[in-house]
Amino acid sequence: MLVKQMSVFVENTTGKLEELTKILADNNIDIKACTIADTVDFGILRCIVEEPDKATRILREKGFTASITEVIAVSLEDKPGGFHKVLKILADEDIGVDYVYSTINSDEGEAVIMMKVKDHQKAIDVLSKKGVKLFCMPELV
Amino acid sequence: MIWNEKMECADRETMRALQLEKLQKTVKHEYENVAPYRKKMDEAGVKPEDIKTLEDITKLPFTTKEDLAENYPKGLFAMPMEDIVRIQASSGTTGKPKIAGYTENDLKMWGECVARGLTMAGATKKSVVHVSYGYGLFTGGLGAHIGAETIGATVIPMSSGNTQKQVMFLQDMDSTILCCTPSYALTIAEAVKKAGIDPKTLAVNAGVFGAEPWTQGMRDKIEEGLDIKAHDIYGLSEVMGPGVSTSCQYNEGMHIQEDYFYPEIIDPDTLQVLPDGERGELVITTIGKEGMPLIRYRTRDICYLIREKCRCGRTTVRMSRVFGRTDDMLIIRGVNVFPSQVETVIAKFSELTINYKLYVGRENNTDTFELAVELAEGLAIDDIAFVENLRARVDHALRDMLGIGCKIRFLNEGTLPRSEGKAVRVEDTRNFS
Repeated sequence: MLVKQMSVFVENTTGKLEELTKILADNNIDIKACTIADTVDFGILRCIVEEPDKATRILREKGFTASITEVIAVSLEDKPGGFHKVLKILADEDIGVDYVYSTINSDEGEAVIMMKVKDHQKAIDVLSKKGVKLFCMPELV
Repeated sequence: MIWNEKMECADRETMRALQLEKLQKTVKHEYENVAPYRKKMDEAGVKPEDIKTLEDITKLPFTTKEDLAENYPKGLFAMPMEDIVRIQASSGTTGKPKIAGYTENDLKMWGECVARGLTMAGATKKSVVHVSYGYGLFTGGLGAHIGAETIGATVIPMSSGNTQKQVMFLQDMDSTILCCTPSYALTIAEAVKKAGIDPKTLAVNAGVFGAEPWTQGMRDKIEEGLDIKAHDIYGLSEVMGPGVSTSCQYNEGMHIQEDYFYPEIIDPDTLQVLPDGERGELVITTIGKEGMPLIRYRTRDICYLIREKCRCGRTTVRMSRVFGRTDDMLIIRGVNVFPSQVETVIAKFSELTINYKLYVGRENNTDTFELAVELAEGLAIDDIAFVENLRARVDHALRDMLGIGCKIRFLNEGTLPRSEGKAVRVEDTRNFS
């Protein structure tokens, strides 16, 4: 149930992100979801792409510090409290959350949350038990 | 192997007697043929015949880089132009280049000195010496070249640049010894890795690197990246070029070719000679050169001398690694900073490459100091905390080393331009005028 996310260190200079996305575009790699954690002088781009291993390899060849991180992808009920329900399950089990970002599963039109948590296996177990739908890689891309 | 056992392993008395004889000859030659230096000696009230012992050298005035600039281009030549067979010049960072003129004998001496150094790196007639120093006015290329020729090795005059071709020749010509600047050696090592070549499969087994200060950390990276033994070669174009001293297989300082260069270490402030082992500015007197001898030339290079006999059997005095050139020293918020200190720090971090650049500027009447350094290839970075933690550790280590803090900016690997000669490590935009 783990999803491979690509994480890339990006200097905070004009055009850097353009350069990165051009490499992905030129290699016909589709970005399904992405977010940037930013600081004053650098950012970390996290994204879900079609072929994460290939994309990571290509970016590395082009000099980017890119790597694969595993995250979980959780389906949300698109109504008030939907997100809270998931977080409560995790909090009740004392599973800390590192970061989250969202996307839309275009086929179904449902909300999907990417999460990096402290204990992925445990998170998958408790969420599944409570009936929360989790995605695996092929469903997302 | 020792190239010239008679000179390199001479006992102290023999060497001192030879040095005195050659010093007296040089001072006489200089006094008679170089007007600006004669004037200096006259002002100091010293005549060539006052030099009766080696210690009397301290009576002689210093020669400085300013003297070279003032007497540009040929004012310090001691021989008529018809006897000068070669001109070389330093890459002069400011103003006019420093010109050096060589007689035929000077070139022979240069070949001899570099041959001794290359032999320390294992060179023989059978060696293939790949010279990736720049050829031209810069003494690196032609200096390594003449030394390899003196030995009778096969010389490949690559010059610098076109790194892929360098790698191809290293591979195809079975080069055994690489000569270039340490920063270019690193660039070549990177290119070897990128080409997917296992350095163990290359015939090259030693490198002779110089023309810029480098650290042990850099040496480790070069030795690992090319699977070679790295030797340090020292020289200045105005003094001769590379070959003034070279490190042997024990890497415990560079053996100075004492029968041609008489070294002293002085306190750059008081100008007093310091005892062996104390760190100060290297002063060199050439005692074999004809074209442009230099007496008590202040190199601005900071090092110390080691007088004990080396384990390799050579008795020549050794100079330590050059810790920095007083010219390279930055004064930031009143603190002396050498780029080599920063290099020593970053070499300790496996998360960083040895490629870095220092930016010094001025904002609101305060010096700004920034380090841009590349992250190592293959690093996995997914969260800000990882980067901030690394930054804090590098900052802490730099503060320990330098006594001041600096702003640290991380870059992706390969972002900074790669050196093909002398690496440009500092950009100082301060303007005090």
